[in-house]
Amino acid sequence: MKYYTYYPGCSAEATASPLGISVLPVAKQLDMELVELEDWNCCGSTPYWSVDKLEAAAMAARNLALAEKTGFDLVTPCSNCFVILHSTNEYLKEFPPFRDKVGKALAVAKLKYGGGVKVRHLAEVLYNDITPEGIAAKVTKPLKGLKVAAYYGCQLVRPNGFDDPESPHSLDEIITSLGAEAVPWEMKARCCGSSLVMSEPEVALELINKLLKNASENGAQCLITPCPLCQINLDAYQSQVNSRFGTKYNLPVLFVTQLIGVALGIKPDELALSQNIVSPMRLLSPYL
Amino acid sequence: MTQTMVKSPGTEMAFIDEVCSIPGGEAVRSCIQCGMCTGSCPTANKWDYPPRKAIAMVRAGLRNELLSSNSMWFCVSCYSCTVRCPRDIKPADIMHALEIISIRSGLSTKRSRTPIMYQCFVDSARNYGRVYELGMMIKLFMRTNPFSALKLAPVGLGLFLHKRMPLKPSRIKGIAELKAILDKARALGGAK
Ligand code: SF4
Ligand code: SF4
Repeated sequence: MKYYTYYPGCSAEATASPLGISVLPVAKQLDMELVELEDWNCCGSTPYWSVDKLEAAAMAARNLALAEKTGFDLVTPCSNCFVILHSTNEYLKEFPPFRDKVGKALAVAKLKYGGGVKVRHLAEVLYNDITPEGIAAKVTKPLKGLKVAAYYGCQLVRPNGFDDPESPHSLDEIITSLGAEAVPWEMKARCCGSSLVMSEPEVALELINKLLKNASENGAQCLITPCPLCQINLDAYQSQVNSRFGTKYNLPVLFVTQLIGVALGIKPDELALSQNIVSPMRLLSPYL
Repeated sequence: MTQTMVKSPGTEMAFIDEVCSIPGGEAVRSCIQCGMCTGSCPTANKWDYPPRKAIAMVRAGLRNELLSSNSMWFCVSCYSCTVRCPRDIKPADIMHALEIISIRSGLSTKRSRTPIMYQCFVDSARNYGRVYELGMMIKLFMRTNPFSALKLAPVGLGLFLHKRMPLKPSRIKGIAELKAILDKARALGGAK
């Protein structure tokens, strides 16, 4: 059994609930003990970072201070939370005056952060600690014949990634370990438009269209991604793309943990498969 | 470019020093203007001044032009520029620094809804300790264009019908403690 402190992030509890739900049974089958960080708060996310950096870092640092008491690595399934918590750690190391101010802010709530937490992305933990071989050993329903495009998005692999920032391969290896076929495609680590989908939908829809086009042209029957924002943009906004560009995409977009769960023989409701907007049920029915 | 080296209002700092004073902004001095950031940027064609040019403007002291432009608000934090810059500058961090200074100076543009969206997001995180997405979205549309909500309503409804859009915020237990931390950080002011 491997132990981790678990930080779900706000999305995994709401708009990305299929992620938050599917992580748990998958972790259990893979002998990972994820202990949720007690009373964690929002990581601050890119918006806070762009409004006030000191407040944003203080917000992130409360989580780091709480996590430090647990003594385990802090693991999050959200790519944006990962970048924010990880970068906060780095800023606190690199900029002593900044660290002092964050320390003073934390002290108001009798908290202290010594800089000792290792922040990790769930996908990196699956790849490095559990390993594709370790996952393959637990597969009971090999996904033979399923063509899957691994969509990494940005913040899993940049700027602090564990994989190649331009042409990553870790998720492709995980797909292969499940018995499925990893489809090669060029745009696997290009941007989906992130939260600009709300403020500048036209810009984001254009980027989402490019991704869906490239994945389907390369024969993908579905995509997987670890990131809540990427999944929402590609899944929930797919019908908007279709009406805006006259396309007819019907590409299920699964969270990595959902696809792993299917191959591990976990029941569809435990993986929240019915909560995906573009239903993956027909595509996955041979394996369920 | 007539405005070189204007002092930033209320400070004795030149614009470039102001940008350098935010962690991550200091590297702006070593830019060689190669254009790799602009070439890598997925949204550069929407920016009034794309990344390379925005950096040149910081160094030329063109404060008002740049801070009231839509440029940095189109940064989607994809970090393509950051991993490719030959000078190890982190252009994404510089864009975040420009956003911060733009809001702080009351110059952020009305031509992009992104500054308002970010503010709604921050309010939500401060009030509950977690982001309440539905509340945030409603606030954003009320403050920008209520009619644009109609276009995105099917997306929200789809998420709701798939049990992905809680109607109530979830509040952390330590919200008072978190607010005290944030208020203290605000009182300490400035990032450096
Ligand atoms: S890539 Fe780096 S050095 Fe080149 S223009 Fe952009 S910031 Fe300057
Ligand atoms: S991080 Fe921002 S500035 Fe850099 S390439 Fe991405 S969108 Fe452009």
